[in-house]
Amino acid sequence: MIFSPLYDQMLSLKDTWMRGFLFWIFLVWMATGTAFGAVDSVGGLDFLGKLGNTSSTDHRKLAPLQGPFKNGPQVTKACLTCHTESAKHVMATEHWTWKFRNKATGQNLGKLSVLNSFCGSPQSNWSVCSDCHVGYGWKPNGFPIDARDYDFANEGNVDCLVCHDTTGEYHKTPEDGGQVFDLAEVAMNVGRTSRKTCGGCHFFGGGGDGVKHGDLDSSLFSPNRSLDVHMHTGGLNFNCTTCHTTDGHNVTGSRYMPKAKDQRGIDVPGWTDTTRTSCESCHGLTPHPKRPRINDHTSRVACQTCHIPFLARGGKKTKVWWDWSTATRLNSEGKPFSEKDADGYETYTSQKGTFRWAANVEPEYFWFNGLTQYTLPGDPMANERPLKVNNILGSYEDTGSRIWPFKVMRGKQAYDPVQNKLLVVHTAGDDDSALWKHFDWGKAIKAGMASIKDSSYSGKYDFVETKMYWPAAHMVAPVAEALTCTSCHSQNGRLANLTGFYMPGRDRFPLMDTMGWILVALVSMGSLSHAALRIYFDAREKRLR
Amino acid sequence: MKKVFIYSSFERFWHWTQAVLIVFLMLSGFEVHGTYILWGFEESVQLHRYLAWGLVILWAFAIFWHITTGNWRQYIPTTQKLVEVMVYYTKGIFHHLPHPYKLTKLRKHNPLQRLAYLFFKLIISPTTWVSGLLYMYFAEWTTWGLDGYLSLFWVAGAHTAAAFLMMAFFCGHVYMAFVCSPITAHLRAMITGYEEVEEGE
Repeated sequence: MIFSPLYDQMLSLKDTWMRGFLFWIFLVWMATGTAFGAVDSVGGLDFLGKLGNTSSTDHRKLAPLQGPFKNGPQVTKACLTCHTESAKHVMATEHWTWKFRNKATGQNLGKLSVLNSFCGSPQSNWSVCSDCHVGYGWKPNGFPIDARDYDFANEGNVDCLVCHDTTGEYHKTPEDGGQVFDLAEVAMNVGRTSRKTCGGCHFFGGGGDGVKHGDLDSSLFSPNRSLDVHMHTGGLNFNCTTCHTTDGHNVTGSRYMPKAKDQRGIDVPGWTDTTRTSCESCHGLTPHPKRPRINDHTSRVACQTCHIPFLARGGKKTKVWWDWSTATRLNSEGKPFSEKDADGYETYTSQKGTFRWAANVEPEYFWFNGLTQYTLPGDPMANERPLKVNNILGSYEDTGSRIWPFKVMRGKQAYDPVQNKLLVVHTAGDDDSALWKHFDWGKAIKAGMASIKDSSYSGKYDFVETKMYWPAAHMVAPVAEALTCTSCHSQNGRLANLTGFYMPGRDRFPLMDTMGWILVALVSMGSLSHAALRIYFDAREKRLR
Repeated sequence: MKKVFIYSSFERFWHWTQAVLIVFLMLSGFEVHGTYILWGFEESVQLHRYLAWGLVILWAFAIFWHITTGNWRQYIPTTQKLVEVMVYYTKGIFHHLPHPYKLTKLRKHNPLQRLAYLFFKLIISPTTWVSGLLYMYFAEWTTWGLDGYLSLFWVAGAHTAAAFLMMAFFCGHVYMAFVCSPITAHLRAMITGYEEVEEGE
């Protein structure tokens, strides 16, 4: 019994030793207690969603709104009798101009200019794409017109109702004024914008429910807490504009130039810009009071990265692959056809090609400083494949960058292999060249290219694999569903591909680890050998005696 | 044999508290390093942080104690009897020869210990402290203007290297604590303060 003398000794220890021992216990208990006691809860904010919805005007009592109205523009005229400046305001916003100048990159963006990896471009496809423009008058004589011929200066063309309808009845139909609902009833029930009005367009971008963004789809009309902790209908019940604050009809927040890193923190009226289109606007720069180590991440990791654990979480799928190259196949009868997956999502249509859909998609993560460089029609294509239709900028070295979650849309789209540029395709229309009607790529591209400024086209087309980045900022999960440390701080975690910097738990020093363990092993083996020798010599000595 | 009072109560308190802190720092640190899963990554990070501050506070007291009591002189390296001590541990100990070095309260460490503890105090500890605090305040580097001069790769690397040295030291130290006769003598001394030394001289 080697240790028995020690044990006896310990039992008879004096007070100092006992006191010391109790102190260690206390120390360890304190440390672990604080470490393990960390919890998160945000309570007492339930009143928030109920504020700010009281109007001082009952629009039912206003004479100009009693109607009857023959068409939308007549309603607009009535609105403008009181809201004298509203049309001017709207006409200054991107919702109207479809133009966005990115001052940092010098690129002219907006729907009038860009290409995407979904439907391609609204250019030459105004008959369909103009449905989401906040204006009337796209078919002045019953026929669709080109944006170049659209009257962007006409106040009467501003569509007030598409954003301010509260009845859910209003639709901006393709034929102006061809409504099947009572415009006066809609006009007398105008109110603040809602998830319904904003979502009417933004949840259906890319040609259908949830197609484009991955973090925006019809499930957000009435989300539960798990889907969106802020918009939860039984809880905070946030509107889109609760965060996307507006001034003079200008809605803040933009995916052309998002604020990748808000360094202002909580936005106090009179002191800051009073926009709330960043998490930090309300939550501040150190939003984890009980878990300070997580606050240390906020300068390099966007809130969205941990708090949007998956895309398309609301039960709707989002489109992740769109291969245009397979479009225009016809069945044995020479007719277009479509195929669907088990959940009813189209996997092939003769008009659009092959699709892949996914729900609960793990986002992909990249450094992002808010700047995006587009490959615009006419721009020479970069050599990299898949071609980046939009290239997000940022890096670990750039302290203005943070790690952001993205939906990466992939697919194949038409390009000019001779002139090395992406092509604008005329897809929608009732004419003799639209792809969706005649299934003839040659004609459709010729018509598409003829509609844009830089219309040169070699006459040859092929398909190139492309990808496009969509930063995620919606469908914010409750804390319990957010990512945990080891989602990233582990080998093969979510940030496995984001290399070029050291990350604890993920990265090792293989050589040093090996050498370190060898050193520890040598010391231990040396000790054990020494002990063995002692025992051996002791035994020999006893035997000799 | 006679009992000599070698370790004051502060020294013993310091030693054992430091021992517990370092054991748990190693356990949590190597979990953060990704060597194994024990308490969970976040818990280990949190624990490591609290224990580190515990160690910083303890060392602040210890440094003060060393300076004011003059005990820092205990670690001044010497070659006097160094060879004899080395020969003792590689040879004499197996034949129960007497230890060539006599402890007193004024020189409580043999020449080999002095070197080992000096290495601990001048290399392992400062590397751990500096790299650890920089690591802990990684988020402040930009504010402090350190971004251009440091990379987490080197800071974490230095911290990990120091941790391996610490672990090697720990293993050797724990074994050496039992290299005496009776084998619990050193341990008892570190607890009670009294070491039994042979009479004479």
